[in-house]
Amino acid sequence: MTKPLLELKNVVLKVNRNTPEEIMILDHLNLTINNGDFITVLGSNGAGKSTLFNAIGGDLSIDSGQILLNGKDISHESVEKRTRFLARVFQDPKLGTAPRMNVAENLLLAERRGQRRTLAPRHLNKQLDRYKELTATMHNGLDDRLTTATGNLSGGQRQALSFLMATLKRPEILLLDEHTAALDPQTSQDLMHLTNERVQEEQLTCLMITHHLEDALTYGNRLIVLHHGKVTFDVAGAEKQALTTEKLYSFFAEIE
Amino acid sequence: MSLFVSAIGQGLLWAVLGVGLFLTFRILDFADMTVEGTFPLGAATAVAAISNGMNPMLATLLAFGIGAIAGLITGLLYTKGHIPILLAGILVMTACYSVNLRIMGRANVSLLGKSTLFKNHFLASLPQYFDSVFLGTLVMVVITGLVIYFLQTQLGQGFIATGDNQTMARSLGINTDNMKIMGLMVSNGLIAFGGALVAQNNGYADVNMGIGIIVIALASIIIGEVAFGDLTLNQRLVAVTLGSILYRFVLLIVLKLGFSANDLNLLSSIILALCMMLPVFKKTLNFKHILKRGLDTND
Repeated sequence: MTKPLLELKNVVLKVNRNTPEEIMILDHLNLTINNGDFITVLGSNGAGKSTLFNAIGGDLSIDSGQILLNGKDISHESVEKRTRFLARVFQDPKLGTAPRMNVAENLLLAERRGQRRTLAPRHLNKQLDRYKELTATMHNGLDDRLTTATGNLSGGQRQALSFLMATLKRPEILLLDEHTAALDPQTSQDLMHLTNERVQEEQLTCLMITHHLEDALTYGNRLIVLHHGKVTFDVAGAEKQALTTEKLYSFFAEIE
Repeated sequence: MSLFVSAIGQGLLWAVLGVGLFLTFRILDFADMTVEGTFPLGAATAVAAISNGMNPMLATLLAFGIGAIAGLITGLLYTKGHIPILLAGILVMTACYSVNLRIMGRANVSLLGKSTLFKNHFLASLPQYFDSVFLGTLVMVVITGLVIYFLQTQLGQGFIATGDNQTMARSLGINTDNMKIMGLMVSNGLIAFGGALVAQNNGYADVNMGIGIIVIALASIIIGEVAFGDLTLNQRLVAVTLGSILYRFVLLIVLKLGFSANDLNLLSSIILALCMMLPVFKKTLNFKHILKRGLDTND
């Protein structure tokens, strides 16, 4: 359980390179993610949380440092290649699904995440029963809307589908970027419960950005705080369980 | 009656363009101007090849290949060169004009006395205009069938997803650049193929025959959608061919009203503009829903 899965070593990432507006978003960031870690990520706006995800995902290339997966350097692998081990759920429900394709088609696409796509027929009908069972576990009516274009689903249904798609083919690392933030409180809580359940069941290694201090404390075995592009706080296990919102607030007051 | 048959034949031959453009305009969701250059490119290639003694069938396939190369160049400019797609298309379209003149040697080359696809024994034995009806039907059945099959494959689904939500497609490991390049290649290949068919049917290739092509191809797509309403993706592809035939009927009526062939581009643009504005005119009806509806498919 404590084998390092993903290591970020001295990662530097700048934007507006070589211009007067150059800003260092990730400043020699070090982070070791162990197999089975469920890490909640806190930090104020601009601390570099989303940039950290984009660096891991390959959307942004890093200026220096290394990103290692199981000891192998993946710093320069493309976004497409990294999807073999990585799945993501975005904050915006619109980003996670193809609006003109139906629920089942979206699931089928997700099931081949990171794999070669060939000229073999897709065989969608054969999967429908299985997809119906799968979507029924979401308890939000998705299973009755398998042939509905996802553009016609509610935000909550779309986000639940995005989460399901991300975990359908087991990722080695799951990145959740405030994936419940755009939903109403009840739907948000439902999806959070479901997320926790699925991560525990499948023993997924997961990073979750959140602005909810309660969520950050309730879920996961480890909590990190990002500040000015560095990990300034990193607690796990019993130490994390002893943490309270008051302690976190006073910590935030200290670093600001 | 013969005008009627002729319109159907022309509609079928030109329908290839609609299906080709559907791949970029409806699925990848952008307008590719390259087609204005690849249509005469296909015509020039086929006519030059046939004039040099190549078998018409091979010459038509060669036109597909050359058109696909033009699409490849647009695709590379767009995805690797980060040139906006509209401009990338216009660049290649403009370049094609010179290339076409090089290929043909002059602005207009006739196929008089040369063999064409339409001069094979069987087609030549059919009554007037039925040759294009027969060949057009055959071509459209094969091409529509292949495109429908492709869209239901793993790769085809990745292609649709690329046009639908690029961020998602990338996060699922779909190489969206390659999908766009592939779409542009097949699309322009089909348009050039159409150019080769039309040139052989007309008996000549002309360097200016590409003007207004995108409007004609769009007209078959839009008229098909407006006329047949709520359809699945597969049905919509078939509707393109029917839309292309309907468009020919509209032109026929317009010419009967006394307009000259020189007015055709103006009239085509007006027809397309009206069709595309229908949603604005008839907001209360469900036309808008038809035009913007999903790409859902059935197995």
